[in-house]
Amino acid sequence: MSEEPEIVMGLYVPPHPHPLLAPDQNEGWGRLREAYDTCRQRIEESDADLILIYSTTWPSIIGHQIQAHPKPVFTHVDDDFHFLGSMPYEFRMDTEYAESFKDACEERGLQARTVSYDGFPIDTGSIVALKLLNPENRIPACIVSSNVYSNRAEQIVLGKAARDAMAKLGKKAVVVVVASLSNRMFTEHIDPAEDRIHSAKDDEWNQKILEFFADGRLEDISQLSRDIQSQIRVSKVVAYKPAWWMAATMGQHNNYHGEVLAYEALHGAGGAVIQLTPAKGSIGDKEFDEDDVEFYHGDRHVLDKGSL
Amino acid sequence: MAKGEIVLGCLAPHPPHVVYAENPEQNEPFSEGGWEALRWGYNMLARKLKEIEYDCMVILTPHWQTYVGTHFLGLERFQNISVDPIFPNLFRFHHDIKVDVELAEKMCEAASESGIITKMMRNPDFRVDYGTIVSCHMLNPDWDKPVVTISSNRSTHYYSNEVMNEQSIALGEAVRKAIEDSGKKVVLIASHSLSHRHFVTEAPLPEDMSREHIYNHSQYVWDMKVIEMMREGKMKEVIDILPEMIEQTMAEAEGGGLTWMMAAMGMPDYPAEIYGYQSVIGTGNAIAAWDPNAETRAIVM
Repeated sequence: MSEEPEIVMGLYVPPHPHPLLAPDQNEGWGRLREAYDTCRQRIEESDADLILIYSTTWPSIIGHQIQAHPKPVFTHVDDDFHFLGSMPYEFRMDTEYAESFKDACEERGLQARTVSYDGFPIDTGSIVALKLLNPENRIPACIVSSNVYSNRAEQIVLGKAARDAMAKLGKKAVVVVVASLSNRMFTEHIDPAEDRIHSAKDDEWNQKILEFFADGRLEDISQLSRDIQSQIRVSKVVAYKPAWWMAATMGQHNNYHGEVLAYEALHGAGGAVIQLTPAKGSIGDKEFDEDDVEFYHGDRHVLDKGSL
Repeated sequence: MAKGEIVLGCLAPHPPHVVYAENPEQNEPFSEGGWEALRWGYNMLARKLKEIEYDCMVILTPHWQTYVGTHFLGLERFQNISVDPIFPNLFRFHHDIKVDVELAEKMCEAASESGIITKMMRNPDFRVDYGTIVSCHMLNPDWDKPVVTISSNRSTHYYSNEVMNEQSIALGEAVRKAIEDSGKKVVLIASHSLSHRHFVTEAPLPEDMSREHIYNHSQYVWDMKVIEMMREGKMKEVIDILPEMIEQTMAEAEGGGLTWMMAAMGMPDYPAEIYGYQSVIGTGNAIAAWDPNAETRAIVM
């Protein structure tokens, strides 16, 4: 067992079904599909042996639910975009990792459970991501839910538990967050050709967030989560959580190579495909000076954090 | 053709726990019971429904959440297994649902004419939500009547509780017009709890009733106040204060069900029949009915 897990890459991808079901109906949806395809190819070329998904479209109430069915099979239809078509799926899940992740959650004080039921409704976002990123099920996957009541501390501990399980099993993981940037959609049906970001304000915030991603400043985005929630997120849930979880799972620092592969409107929402790869070079000007404090050790060696 | 009418309106919460506790043959898990105050209330209301002549149940459910308009089930039959995404340990229900597509289309058309964004759902692979299944099963376990499910537009999230109220009232009025034009006798169902804060842990035996209680006293006080107003026939007033209740208690009426149903029924000023109240994993659940017929209206509790 290694102390730190090996994160091969992190991906931030949108949950909407359009890139999967209708990439030809809008040029932007097509570009998102191409970006997904690029990520698929990069995953195939990597030596990753686990895809771990945190999906904002899988809500949970009893703590955190972790998909552990070895081969979930079903045909899913989206609640809103059912007219775009059905999504038949058959996935390969890493049951061993799911159980280890659940145990790690409990060891860190979280309520968690695995779910393994035929016909369990895997959410649209997870299905889109897995079908596009791992269509042949080459790499086993795992999906964790987004608890509707959880907030920052709980999300960060959830990310640390994900790392514990990766380290324990020696996994090389692709960490995937399924979430929009701005998530306000148009409330009426639109001509696909006329899709655009819902407002200039949403677009400006999205562009700024993308700058951070492109710089690899994931921990800084995590720190901005409450602002992001208040500015460009519809108040479906209490907080914008995916960046907290992603940052915690990937190591709570800023030292990544960031690449925005696509950014487009999805019925008004901001959809982006972004890759973060842990960097091996200099931190440069991206030092991060807030340690994850659990015990005070005196002066901090801020430039050590995130160094690989 | 005789004018259609709404013969009963039901507030019918959908915690899967009540179906789990009933152990119907369609549900895979087995329970030792639990939540009797709710289940016995449901049983009583189901018996009343057996005495009422009606053609169809129309249900608005917050577990078919749509952000782009209001959607209506638009195919005649849905056979599938419904697995609750939150409580899969309790609810894995094999269902065979018949839909009154003609009425659904009329309601969709009437809503569209009144300015509401609408969509008919025609994908045969679509899985009917568990809110529809739980409420309809508890009210009509024989499943011998067709249903129409209306989705819950999330205008509360996108705008405000007040906008939700206004849009739900418009939808209710449109649905009433469609029902009257259809010549059918219809039971309306608002499928939701009152206060809606859950515990985030679950007892090892979910039906262990020694563990069941309301999430906090504030939720209970709000629930009791609203139930009292229902008994007094103050539904216009209930709808007026609903935004505040939603804000204070996370009430599941945020999905628009109660407002929609009360608007369709003309904001009843007669007493509701109260069949039961009980918490389920901390949420406050009331079963109530509004009977427009004064001769059959009962004082249940």
